[in-house]
Amino acid sequence: MLQFVFRRLLQAIPILLAVAGLIFLLFSVIPGNFASTQISDGRAVMDAEAVERMNRQFGLDQPLATRFATYVGKLATLDLGTSFRTRQPVWHLIGERLWPTMQLAFASMMFAILIGVPLGFLAALRPGGIVDTVSMVTAVSGLSLPKFWLGLMLMYLFALQLGWLPSFGYGDGALRNLILPSIALGVAPLALLARTTRAAVLEIMNADFVRTARAKGMSERRVVQWHLARNALVIVLTTVGLQFGSVIGQAVVIEKLFAWPGLGSLLVDSVSLRDIPVVQGCILVIVLFFLVINMLVDVLAAIIDPRIRYS
Amino acid sequence: MSGEALLKVENLRLDLVVGGRRFGAVKDVSFSIGRGETFGLVGESGCGKSITALALIGLLRAPLAFGGGRILFKGREIQNLPDSEMRKLRGNAISMIFQEPMTALNPLSPVGRQIAEMFVLHKGATWHEAERKAVEALANVRVPAPDRRVKDYPHQLSGGMRQRVMIAIALACRPDLLLADEPTTALDVTVQAEILELIRDLSAAQGTAVLMISHDLGLIANMCARVGVMYAGRLVEERAAQEVFRAPSHPYTGGLVASLPLLGARASHGRSRLKEITGVVPAVTAFPEGCRFNPRCQARTEICIAEDPEETALPRGGRVRCHHHA
Amino acid sequence: MKFRANLVIGGALFATVVVAGALAPFLAHTDPVMDANLMNAEVAPGSEFWFGTDAQGRDIYSRVLYGARISLTVGIVSQLINTVIGVCLGLSAAYWGGWWDDFVSGLTNLMLAIPSLIFALAIMAILTPGLTSLLIALGLTNWSYTCRLSRASALSLKGQGYVQAAKVLGYGDIRIMLTQILPNILGPIIVIGTLGMGGAVLAEASLSFLGLGIRPPFPSWGSMLSDARDQITTAPWISIFPGLAIFMTVLGLNLLGDGLRDILDPQSRARTA
Repeated sequence: MLQFVFRRLLQAIPILLAVAGLIFLLFSVIPGNFASTQISDGRAVMDAEAVERMNRQFGLDQPLATRFATYVGKLATLDLGTSFRTRQPVWHLIGERLWPTMQLAFASMMFAILIGVPLGFLAALRPGGIVDTVSMVTAVSGLSLPKFWLGLMLMYLFALQLGWLPSFGYGDGALRNLILPSIALGVAPLALLARTTRAAVLEIMNADFVRTARAKGMSERRVVQWHLARNALVIVLTTVGLQFGSVIGQAVVIEKLFAWPGLGSLLVDSVSLRDIPVVQGCILVIVLFFLVINMLVDVLAAIIDPRIRYS
Repeated sequence: MSGEALLKVENLRLDLVVGGRRFGAVKDVSFSIGRGETFGLVGESGCGKSITALALIGLLRAPLAFGGGRILFKGREIQNLPDSEMRKLRGNAISMIFQEPMTALNPLSPVGRQIAEMFVLHKGATWHEAERKAVEALANVRVPAPDRRVKDYPHQLSGGMRQRVMIAIALACRPDLLLADEPTTALDVTVQAEILELIRDLSAAQGTAVLMISHDLGLIANMCARVGVMYAGRLVEERAAQEVFRAPSHPYTGGLVASLPLLGARASHGRSRLKEITGVVPAVTAFPEGCRFNPRCQARTEICIAEDPEETALPRGGRVRCHHHA
Repeated sequence: MKFRANLVIGGALFATVVVAGALAPFLAHTDPVMDANLMNAEVAPGSEFWFGTDAQGRDIYSRVLYGARISLTVGIVSQLINTVIGVCLGLSAAYWGGWWDDFVSGLTNLMLAIPSLIFALAIMAILTPGLTSLLIALGLTNWSYTCRLSRASALSLKGQGYVQAAKVLGYGDIRIMLTQILPNILGPIIVIGTLGMGGAVLAEASLSFLGLGIRPPFPSWGSMLSDARDQITTAPWISIFPGLAIFMTVLGLNLLGDGLRDILDPQSRARTA
């Protein structure tokens, strides 16, 4: 088991490095840089001398290879650079945004799992039945809803019309503030989980070993408890891991809508202002977060499924 | 057969339900198995052997459905038992081994636990006792180092080992009847013989009757005292095993026997080429009129197309369903 | 043949959006960009303005119609780019194998590790907002599933007799890939492409909503929603209709994709939800 975890860790490192390289390249090939965009955007007027000075200050006058070497070297010491805009270390900016994003991502995945998985399960027990039809129609609708619009509608209904919940803001992490954004963000993974669970259960329901279980004289309930549930869980877990990634990605929009002080809104603001070091840092941390979640999911799956452990 | 039969199947009919229409996948099949007897069902794939076995253990699933007839187990009709009653028999008094040892075991559960389940389900054992009994059960099916093997997962075992585990599960509660559906088809030839021997020895020791299903007439002849030959959902011939070999009565049985490769003395008699039965088993939805074998039969006459033959008793014992039986 | 509700409903929804976009100049009541009139600001839906007006007094009905053009263009073109990239990489990786296969697989894993919206956002950060940039950003970031799928399907076909036969006949690699393999894996690719189109429409709306896609005053559904946020209390209709339009389009594409999957790729129905 330890060996599996170790191997899985080793696999993640090259991906992380490649992502770092990719986003470094992406932001190096563009014509112009922060200083000159500042001028062309007209947000701040700087003379040529100021541009020069800024480029020197951020090391932007160095050749590409040198800059990449410096970049990777700094990454190794967890130094993500300095914000063009606030002149604060990127790590510091990201650090204070990390927790709210994690709260949001976990809360919405919790919402998705707690409703989506049982829903898909019930649907699979009677394929073609009422529960199945209703939940699958709901699921495909949930997948098609634009999250920020759903958020906007929830905000209008529950915050502005009914006044039950705050319409936006972090509220120092109060649960009340978390509810609407997590629902808006969690509906799509909920729908997908319901569909995956249904498909997984249906597939396993027809597996040979389930027939064996029935031939042993087990009641359907025992068949589900002893044999079906865990097998379906392995399939569902993988989806959960992948959905975490998409939730962190989509969180960008929801955070912006609900003025949630997370990584996503930092990223969007930094993109608008072309604060490249912060953009790079945010993306790296998001990818890291995603990789860690997927690794945890894989380890969990390996605990349940011995075939993963030994393969 | 002497005395009361353990299992009696009377005019069994099983339907394939397609879009509201019922097709007789198995029709008018009757046979009986005595206590401790080994009865063989033989036929090409698609002729209804496996679903007959599934019907006996009450595991038919859509699109298959029970269509009529009676199944008497120890004199008691079981074809319409409520599921809660049937469950008490299933695995306990009647158990089943399937063809695919690769997929028939739960991949996420140690094999010991999968055997132990039987004792918990049917004998009211605690998990602790059951796990201990599982070791014995594994030793019983001649698995080396059973105390260690119980902790193994199915993917760690070979096909033959997995089939041994399946046998251990099936025989755990000392059933009266074991349904063995092609138990060795998916295995290597060398392993096949060991598994068959195991089934034969253990059933004999426990007094368990066996319904052995196979497409391999040679295997059936080795294992069973009596044989039923199925074709396209009908039992076309039912006799003592040696008789079937010596003088097959139904043309289909004749064809099966003639297609067997023979070793030793008879092989040298100059039969140069193995015979085959031309054509294939028709689909359930397209069974022909009259005798179901008629499109492939070399002895076919007009009556075979016009009339479905009745069962006829044979002078030396057994039955056949053919207008022109030998 | 069985009545396929998802195919029919999905097709109908999508066709409606296509017609609305195509005939926008004829169906619209006003010019979507120019006809601002502050005298008519925030008028509720009624007989004159079917969907009401926005803060600048523009007719939302007309803007929603024109919005279909942007959404469809982005959805179709970017997904087409993704499909071409994914199929080319996947097919060639499966066919040629070796280091090229390793490289493509590595690249695919890399793409899968970055949430696609984040990646598109990063690309938008270095391009100027607008339609072309959107097409590039969304067209380059969502090909990994298509690539994986075509690689896997091509790999299973590669060993088959007829492909080997074509090789023996001396067909060139490219010709074999395009004439022998591609036609046989087209079904699942069309399915994933249709579903991906729905994703692209959503992504365009998200980016425009964030102000990084189509910029106002052009009538993208996403940017309309971004404007609408401030008027949600006084004029909720400004938010409702563009959102419904996105929902309808994506729902149509998702249903269409599900329906196509039932027909074109029945065995995968169970797995990929």
